[in-house]
Amino acid sequence: MSVTDAFTRPGAAKDEVPYSERGPASIESVAGFGFWLFLLSDVVMFSALFAAYAVLANHTAGGPDGARLFDKGYVLLETACLLFSSFTCGLCALAIEKRSAAATYLWAAVTFALGAAFIGLEISEFVRMIGEGASPTRSAFLSAFFTLVGTHGLHVSLGLVWLVAMMAQVATLGFLPIVVRRLLCFTLFWHALDIVWIGVFTIVYLGAHA
Amino acid sequence: MLGKLTWDAIPFDQPIPLLTSVVVILALGGTAALVVWKGWLPYLWREWITSVDHKRLGCMYFLLGLVMLVRGFADALMMRSQLALAAGNAPGYLPPEHYNQIFSAHGTIMIFFVAMPFVIGLMNFAVPLQLGVRDVAFPVLNSVSFWLTASGVLLVNVSLVIGEFAKTGWVAYPPLSELAYSPGVGVDYYLWSLQISGVGTLLTGINFTTTILKLRAPGMGYGRMPVFCWTALASNLLIVAAFPILTATFAMLLLDRYLGFHFFTNDGGGSAMMYVNLFWAWGHPEVYILVLPAFGVYSEVVATFSGKPLFGYRSMVAATLGICVLSFMVWLHHFFTMGANADVNAFFGVLSMVIAVPTGVKVFNWIFTLYGGRVRFTSPLLWALGFICTFVIGGMTGVLLAIPPADFVLHNSLFLVAHFHNVIIGGVVFGALAGYTYWFPKAFGFVLDERLGKASFWCWLVGFYLAFMPLYALGLMGATRRIQHYSETGWQPLMIVAFVGALVILMGILFTILQLVVSIRRREALRDRTGDPWNGRTLEWSIASPPPPWNFSELPHVEGTDAYWGMKQAGRRADAEPRFEAIHLPRPSAVGVVIAFFASFGGFAMVWHIWWLAIIGLIGVTIAALAHGWIVHREFEVPVEEIVAFERQRLLERPS
Repeated sequence: MSVTDAFTRPGAAKDEVPYSERGPASIESVAGFGFWLFLLSDVVMFSALFAAYAVLANHTAGGPDGARLFDKGYVLLETACLLFSSFTCGLCALAIEKRSAAATYLWAAVTFALGAAFIGLEISEFVRMIGEGASPTRSAFLSAFFTLVGTHGLHVSLGLVWLVAMMAQVATLGFLPIVVRRLLCFTLFWHALDIVWIGVFTIVYLGAHA
Repeated sequence: MLGKLTWDAIPFDQPIPLLTSVVVILALGGTAALVVWKGWLPYLWREWITSVDHKRLGCMYFLLGLVMLVRGFADALMMRSQLALAAGNAPGYLPPEHYNQIFSAHGTIMIFFVAMPFVIGLMNFAVPLQLGVRDVAFPVLNSVSFWLTASGVLLVNVSLVIGEFAKTGWVAYPPLSELAYSPGVGVDYYLWSLQISGVGTLLTGINFTTTILKLRAPGMGYGRMPVFCWTALASNLLIVAAFPILTATFAMLLLDRYLGFHFFTNDGGGSAMMYVNLFWAWGHPEVYILVLPAFGVYSEVVATFSGKPLFGYRSMVAATLGICVLSFMVWLHHFFTMGANADVNAFFGVLSMVIAVPTGVKVFNWIFTLYGGRVRFTSPLLWALGFICTFVIGGMTGVLLAIPPADFVLHNSLFLVAHFHNVIIGGVVFGALAGYTYWFPKAFGFVLDERLGKASFWCWLVGFYLAFMPLYALGLMGATRRIQHYSETGWQPLMIVAFVGALVILMGILFTILQLVVSIRRREALRDRTGDPWNGRTLEWSIASPPPPWNFSELPHVEGTDAYWGMKQAGRRADAEPRFEAIHLPRPSAVGVVIAFFASFGGFAMVWHIWWLAIIGLIGVTIAALAHGWIVHREFEVPVEEIVAFERQRLLERPS
């Protein structure tokens, strides 16, 4: 049954048993739903960090502010890496759907490379900023900046570890249902990180103007 | 090598913690030795420690809560006795730095490690049974949740023996909780134990929300779910939405303390009030995470022992979800004195009062359920009646505190302490004990001794009023919370009354323990072979007590609210030959206890800055989780013969 059916069918035939009364859902449905809830909780955690950033963005304590520190062109490159990795992650999902191991590895490798490039760019940005004396201990603004952006980076890094683990699972276990479920959860996770990054890009980087 | 850890961490110079530590270590060591000596360890490992059965986990959660209730209550007795003594020139017997740890530990333990395990334990035990299904959505994750909670408990208790606990109050407000003012390890114990157990709680929230929304017996639409399941759903939604805020907030405080960040510091542009805001953005929903499931217990108990369907089922559900939403819109009433402008304070004051509306709906629903019912005054119902009276008083003092000008006078006074104990003891603790008495026969196949249960109830009820009504008066007289000594000797008589009240509550706790011991010894006389000792209404009473590992030999088909009552009214389907099939159950898993083992070491290492051990802890958790990912065969089959044999045996034993 496709996703659209789930939304259109309840009103369609009145004699049918309503969705809520059809008994326990399938394991695919349960696992996916649970993971969506996890993502929701993760977004709530990020929202607390965003709130802290919003409060502290002007608390520079005489130190450098965002307009002086951020190189928007550089961040655009970072953003391009991450967003494009989401696209290749989608291609990976299509390969999984076809149970094609070769295509799965290929697109997973491209996704990994783009994610790693994003992390590399972010780390060098952090190193440059700390070198300029803009370390997280300098001001509340920088504490909030490094924590918010760093937490996102930590998520991407964990995603990379997860991706490697999943490829090892495909290699050793094949496309077992449990492995496919996890792969699909991984793709959800990866896309969710993009959404968070769009928030970071907009609020942190575009929001910083002199 | 050992970071900040030296022999100075052991409180050799403080007789009270030292003696307590020795007693606790002897008791734990003695129990462990007994278990090993008697050869119980393999059984415990197989059937409990690695169990992923929601019923077993529920029992372990509740037991954990009971043990920690004793610990938290010992702190309460010390505080009340200190304040009964320390008036005028008398210093009492507890030095301030020790007293500060006691009230901080008392609050932290009672909220996170008593109330939460009670509530989560009851949900674990009862929700899948009421929904008519065989387990929760993610059984192994459930075990991970429990053991992470246990890991947090362990860390809090280790702080008694090694080092110290926070002296900041259970809320750990900065700047006091920052490194500059709390250089010791107390706040770190607080933060790491709550971070670790908080992960467990978040996973529970995800697990139970998924369970309730995705796994229900055929026919159990949302409008037919027992009210306890509805309140559990609301509570778990709040966990998913609120606990990540606490995690983020504590992470910020940890960064301040460990890496010199400036989130909440006085210098560097930090904002201490941001912590307070974020803390209560979690903290107020937390109040309802605790009390909503208790409301659910009362709804089940009141309906069952009135022999009537719950009055106003739909309004009860609507009120529950209304409270669930409103709980996120009132956090600022915890600090009206912050200095926000009058409009902001008025907004939050009015919204706080608005919560009284759905709560009032609930109270009237319970009263109307009792009205005209065939009421049986069993101990679960006594807890419910005691709750209704007590909670209404607590709710009204809450409405008083929701008026910002009144709050400016009463803020941080003993009036506030009396208010929140009024709602938490009268609401959550009474509810937990009602649920414990109500579902105990389902879990173990024999009822708890009624006389001792009633004795416990009356001690708690009387003790509560003796202990906390004086605190309302003292608060109005100007006594503030968290004082270790007072010069106003006029307060002493009321302080002594409060101490006597605490002693009466102690009697209540002792009766609860005695009730458990006596009931276990007399279990043959108290045996219930019907599986339905209370003439219950919901599905958990339709199966054997204790239920088989698979709960339902055949998934029930639900045709209305109070599903089992309906089945009983329609006759027990004696004509229909049940068609049993083989059932797949999850295998036991050690991953939960292994992850918690490494998390405990990791947390301890972080508290004491033992970096190599922290890295080992992190690696251990990672490897355990990854290795679990390669276990593919996670289920075993219960053959149909075993199920048939079980049901035959049950029919033979059931009194006609």
